[in-house]
Amino acid sequence: MNGVLAILERKGAAWNRISGEALAAARNLATHERQPLWCAAVGGTDGFVAGAVTRAYAVEHELLERYTADGYTLALEQLIREADPAYVVFPHTYQVRDFAPGLAARFGETLIADVVGIGEGVFVRQLLQGKLNADYRHTGGGPCFVSIQSGAFRAGDLAPGTCEVKVFTPRLDRSQIRSQPGEPFRMAAKTVDLASAPVIVSVGRGIKEQDNIPIVAELARALGAELAASRPICDNGWLPMERQVGSSGQTVSPKLYLAVGISGAIQHLVGMKGSKSVIAINKDRDAPIFEVADYGVVGDLFEVVPALTAAVRKAKGA
Amino acid sequence: MQIVVAIKQVPARDSTIRIAPHGRWIEEPDLSFEINEPDAYALETALLLKEKHGGEVTVLCAGPDRARSTIRDALAKGADRAIHIECENLESRDTLGVARLLAGAVRQEKADLILTGLQSDDLGMGQTGVVLAQILGIPHATIVMEVEIQGSSLRVKRELEDGWFQWVEMPLPALLTIQSGISKLRYATLMGIKKAKTKEVCHLEAGSDIDLSSVTLHRVYVPEKKKQTRMIDGGPAEAAAQLVDVLRSEVRVL
Repeated sequence: MNGVLAILERKGAAWNRISGEALAAARNLATHERQPLWCAAVGGTDGFVAGAVTRAYAVEHELLERYTADGYTLALEQLIREADPAYVVFPHTYQVRDFAPGLAARFGETLIADVVGIGEGVFVRQLLQGKLNADYRHTGGGPCFVSIQSGAFRAGDLAPGTCEVKVFTPRLDRSQIRSQPGEPFRMAAKTVDLASAPVIVSVGRGIKEQDNIPIVAELARALGAELAASRPICDNGWLPMERQVGSSGQTVSPKLYLAVGISGAIQHLVGMKGSKSVIAINKDRDAPIFEVADYGVVGDLFEVVPALTAAVRKAKGA
Repeated sequence: MQIVVAIKQVPARDSTIRIAPHGRWIEEPDLSFEINEPDAYALETALLLKEKHGGEVTVLCAGPDRARSTIRDALAKGADRAIHIECENLESRDTLGVARLLAGAVRQEKADLILTGLQSDDLGMGQTGVVLAQILGIPHATIVMEVEIQGSSLRVKRELEDGWFQWVEMPLPALLTIQSGISKLRYATLMGIKKAKTKEVCHLEAGSDIDLSSVTLHRVYVPEKKKQTRMIDGGPAEAAAQLVDVLRSEVRVL
């Protein structure tokens, strides 16, 4: 067991942004552990070999054309047994969440999921929706499986490169793949483009009920902002799904993100932590949203938001 | 149709968390606990399927004595029976260890369908379901929004990223991890609460094979603040005035 194997993911023909981040995390680990850095991807690694990668595996099989947990688990198990790495690093995507835990279990290992930092022999994860951090150590006898949280590592400093590319053809039989995946689809055409909005006012559970939404909508109107929400608001149907920010919704990076009554669960933070400025209004001083906020108001949103709306209107009128 | 729902008891969402003196977990005595929210949706999905297709819903929960209250709530909502794997130190087992505990109990159940939440609100590893399916040798799907049963097969709508979805078909028995918020959760009725007291709860003892953990939680701590947050004090009007100053001269959106 030697080497750090980063298993990367495509999004159609392009690479998933978070794959670059996972490769950067894998490179840090390889440098620190003085081990070679390898990468692998189903369907080939074209256009995605960074300078530090010494070997790339293109995993190819007709039964892997459409993702299935069974196909990916069986194929990557064979690859890992052949390559015999000490570490296997994934981007923490929905697809990885679907197969990587089972893959690790086949080696008697537990995936250390959604890692935000790597230190001296420890992998840092967030607990209790980001209220605490935890250091995990790998104590198993097999390879150490890790998945990397979106936005936790910088992909920017990876220079392109070339290296040996090995085509890996796993042994797969149609009968081993138990599920039949359909074509991916969208529910409705997107009519709100939060990604390009310069100012976003976003509302969370703290708003308590649908009838209170206008309080926040008024503030958005006063600021000329788009209105967005965290997942529970959209699940309840209080605002349409297309206004949802977070891992299952849109990723935004506005000039200002004003979070109202949003506690800041990890799934929400990954969708907005690229914002240039963040203002948070929340009644709970310990809410994780304050970890990413530039300005914070601890208070009752039902008092603070109407006061702010009035003050903004006054400032604009002046 | 035999449905098993694996649920977990976790600290209530708005809890104030304090770290235990040994630094490896949190202080539990002063916390209140509730069902893990995604697991509540898994239970609701199971109860809806039972209403449509008939059968029995069994709740499976590994946890200490305090988990009894969460099990009783699930029975009051309409689950038929429960299995409580008594385990004092759930947090010191890794996912594989927990999944093995659950697998040991579920094997005797002849379940057609196993449901659980997509992740726990405390540890958030999001993998117990997938690993349990792997140990049991049955197919699975994660982040499920809708479930349709057609004879001996299953059709589920999975959530993908960025607003994409996908239907997936697979044979039964199977395991699904359920997304939060996909249905309206029911409340227990008075009759349900009464009936829950007479329902069967099977108690199992967890073994003590923690040493087999491949991953150990070494230390918990309050995250170091990476960002300097300027807290704005004062009453609503005062805070609003200060925020307008910030919006105008620092963020420059006014």
